Amino acid sequence: MDERSRSLQELQHIKQMMERSSRFISLSSLSGISAGLCGLAGAWVAKKKIDCWQGVDCSGVSPVHSVIELLNYLLLVAIVTFVAAFIAAFIFTLYRSKKAGVSLWGSISLRLFWNISIPIVVGGFFLLRAMQLGQFELLAPGCLLFYGLGLVNAGKYTLREVTWLGYTEIVLGLISLWVTDYGLYFWGAGFGILHIVFGLVMWFRHERNIGTQSRTVPA
Amino acid sequence: MINPIENLNKTFDSRVRLGIMSTLMVNEKINFNDLKEVIEVTDGNLASHIKSLEENGYIKVNKGFIGRKTNTTYTITKAGEKAFQQHLWALEKMIKAMK
Repeated sequence: MDERSRSLQELQHIKQMMERSSRFISLSSLSGISAGLCGLAGAWVAKKKIDCWQGVDCSGVSPVHSVIELLNYLLLVAIVTFVAAFIAAFIFTLYRSKKAGVSLWGSISLRLFWNISIPIVVGGFFLLRAMQLGQFELLAPGCLLFYGLGLVNAGKYTLREVTWLGYTEIVLGLISLWVTDYGLYFWGAGFGILHIVFGLVMWFRHERNIGTQSRTVPA
Repeated sequence: MINPIENLNKTFDSRVRLGIMSTLMVNEKINFNDLKEVIEVTDGNLASHIKSLEENGYIKVNKGFIGRKTNTTYTITKAGEKAFQQHLWALEKMIKAMK
């Protein structure tokens, strides 16, 4: 092997080590897809209830008698959706990191978790207060914006697609600020469809060839 | 023209040492187990390479505890950073020179 390709190889090795040590790469694409399906299901259930409340169609749902009842129901749907999405995403990523033989509890995943949490927790408080003040239009845009900020913030510690997904969520959130009548549709697009799309992108880019070729080339 | 090979740092000849330095360039500090996972080597192998880097003054070893368990972390020194950057620069030169 000549000196030049040896130098190139060495540089590639350096780059790989830098990436591997600072990014959590075992994030599973199935996590994205499963979270998206949960998001779509949640949006659909919420839509049925809202349709019923507005007197459009009450098939398959119990009628709602007051705004408070509707809001409590929607809050419950949101929590169940979030928990289901989180658990499903967690299981798939746990499975993938087990298969790759890396620990899920390293300092990188801790950093990832911390960085994604800050904007989301702050956003959660902000939206809770907005609800108390009756600013319901801000719920869907707020969810999208704070979630997007969390992803962008955490993107540098994991796969690059997470950053892209974050920017997309932010753009969607900004648009929905001015189209508040369609909040739920934007919410479904952001938390449902985008997750599925980016899950597929991640799968194509990182997991398609698993089995035929190792992702990290050992020295 | 100067010979770029002269600027290549002999200490970084080993893949393991190169890996340790690369990792410490982008992480403020890292502990033994995380380092082992990233570089994929055995305990003994990693320890001996860490020792040689420490003797060269390129990395600093910080002994600490988490509860009763020892938790040793490593950080890169100023000299280590400089040496690594010079090594990178030499690699770049070499690739350019042989085009």
